[in-house]
Amino acid sequence: MKAMLAAVVLVLATACGADRSGAADDGTTLTLWTRAATEAVSKAYADAYNASHRNKIEVTAYPNEEYPAKLASAAGAKALPDLFAADVVFAPQYAAQGLWADVSEQFKSLPFKDSVAPSHVRAGTWEGHNFAVPHTIDLSVMLYNKDLYAKAGLDPEKPPRTLTEFTEHARKIDQLGGDVHGTYFGGNCGGCVEFTLWPSVWAAGGDVLDADGLSAKVDSPEMAAVFAVYRDLYDQGVASPASKGEAGPTWLGALQGGKVGIAPGPSVWLDAIEAKGVEVGVAPIPGITGGESTFVGGDAIGIGATSSKAEQAWDFLAWTMSDEAQVEVVAKRKGVPVRTDLAANKHSSADPRLVTVNGLVAKGKTPYARNFNATFNDPQGPWLTTVRGALFGDASAALMAGNEAITKSLRQE
Amino acid sequence: MRRRAVIGALYATPAAVLVVLFFVAPLLLVGWMSLHRWPLLGKPRVNAPDNYTAIGDNALLTTAAWFTLRYTVIITVLLFVIAFGLALLVQNRRKGVGFFRTAFFLPMAVGFASASLLFLGLLSEEIGPLPLADGSPALGSAVLLVLWRFAGFNMLILLTGLQAIPVDVYEAARIDGATRWQTFRRITVPLMRPTIALVLTMMVTGSLLAFDQFWILTRGGPDNSTTSLVMLIYREAFVRLDLGSAAGISVVLLVLLAVVSSVQLTVLRRRSA
Repeated sequence: MKAMLAAVVLVLATACGADRSGAADDGTTLTLWTRAATEAVSKAYADAYNASHRNKIEVTAYPNEEYPAKLASAAGAKALPDLFAADVVFAPQYAAQGLWADVSEQFKSLPFKDSVAPSHVRAGTWEGHNFAVPHTIDLSVMLYNKDLYAKAGLDPEKPPRTLTEFTEHARKIDQLGGDVHGTYFGGNCGGCVEFTLWPSVWAAGGDVLDADGLSAKVDSPEMAAVFAVYRDLYDQGVASPASKGEAGPTWLGALQGGKVGIAPGPSVWLDAIEAKGVEVGVAPIPGITGGESTFVGGDAIGIGATSSKAEQAWDFLAWTMSDEAQVEVVAKRKGVPVRTDLAANKHSSADPRLVTVNGLVAKGKTPYARNFNATFNDPQGPWLTTVRGALFGDASAALMAGNEAITKSLRQE
Repeated sequence: MRRRAVIGALYATPAAVLVVLFFVAPLLLVGWMSLHRWPLLGKPRVNAPDNYTAIGDNALLTTAAWFTLRYTVIITVLLFVIAFGLALLVQNRRKGVGFFRTAFFLPMAVGFASASLLFLGLLSEEIGPLPLADGSPALGSAVLLVLWRFAGFNMLILLTGLQAIPVDVYEAARIDGATRWQTFRRITVPLMRPTIALVLTMMVTGSLLAFDQFWILTRGGPDNSTTSLVMLIYREAFVRLDLGSAAGISVVLLVLLAVVSSVQLTVLRRRSA
């Protein structure tokens, strides 16, 4: 009875609007965990919330690779923080394991619930219940070096509109010679490859996974064709030879060096690359013969299942999705708003590239699978073996064997 | 008499409590967990023997087991030869020998994870003074690290064994006209057997349980070529979040280790008897 009453109060409180906090903003201190890659955004949210609320959010960040293990051991010890964010592709697993508290009721009461990034919301859903909401959005896009485009006689304002055009541009830039290379990719990093290659498959109308994340379609003609494009670029030396060993940590550094013509990568790197004096153009990732898509990545966030401060924690979560937070915190830092109705805002209109990026959220996908991490992101998972075979070994055998191994891993209880 | 027994028990209690708390209890818990589907949160349910039958089905197991064995053989041979060599070098009191003993032992003062990170930095293509390009021998760098870190420690144990051999025995041998090689083969090695047994057992167990060095240096790559058995356990527990399965593999590895160690100790001790 008491719990039900609390739920009703909670619903009423959030229904009154996320900006005006009621009883849930009572001066409670809440702990929030996040991975290093997301630390800056989490802290920006926390600072703005702390400045206008009585509750206080304390952000702790952990190294990216150690973060999942940190969460798992905290869950095992029943000592999860009040709030924690996680790579959105891990969300179905955490939701299925019950690491986040159920926020279905609270979420339903949000006036803007229908415009919250749909693929992120889906990722935080397990058996019809919502466990997480979007925290940050990171999209995969084509990042190209405008100076190298000009030097190679290409028009810096005309990025490729098909993957075939992408290879032509890359080849032309590679001919500049010296230490300049046409393109670059993370050939020893499962996460990097899914993030940058899958959109080309989706753009061609293909798919890599079924909707429930229980069957792989890695051996589809669409996926094989995309692998073949990157394989050729590597074989011909158009892609930097370092692409083969790139496991992730030095990926950004390679693009910051200004020696790569065009490469798919995270939209959030735009600023980091430009900070090194490289002028960057942004374009959607195309399919082989056209179309465009993106991998809607980033982090989802939910309330720790063992937290006793769920009401206050939801006050923070609802606020992070409000117009105020999305425009004045996220868009102001050139981030992608987690709400599709805020894609065009006063900050994005200042930089046309951001409008391109923001507009992709509705077109892109976030793949959904409970065993996503163990199958695709973990270096010991079957996806990386498949990728290595498809790019550097016997491609057709690798894709066939890989499809079976991946499906088996996806279905493992 | 009774009083003495009570006092004796009291003296032993602190140690016994620690052993129960930090060894027996976790051990029993791991066994218990291996019989269950054990989620991070929520109620475990019995699923025996699923966690054990699934081990044979694990695609990574063969690679990991083979790699761990290969690594164990390489490390045990190299580490033993180097550690014994070092011990023989600094066996006798001479001028400056203290300096070398300290120098050989010093890497042990660096934590193993820190040492691994040191090597990672040292060999990094980005920041290292000794950069290793792509396709570099991942196993080789890990072996080098382990030799550097542990040779001194094993030298120290072997040194105590060497110094426990009475000088009279060597003198008697010299009077009988034994050569240096004969002295080593017929006196040093036989009298060192218990120490050698100890050192070899520690090396084999340590290598079969290798984790830190590969986790930090190679993450099990490239292409799973340096994935050890313990990394497999880590993957079950912290990536797949399946604690029951991780416990199952741990129990099997524990049994395996117990068998290997008891065989090893029996063989080495019997010959010394």
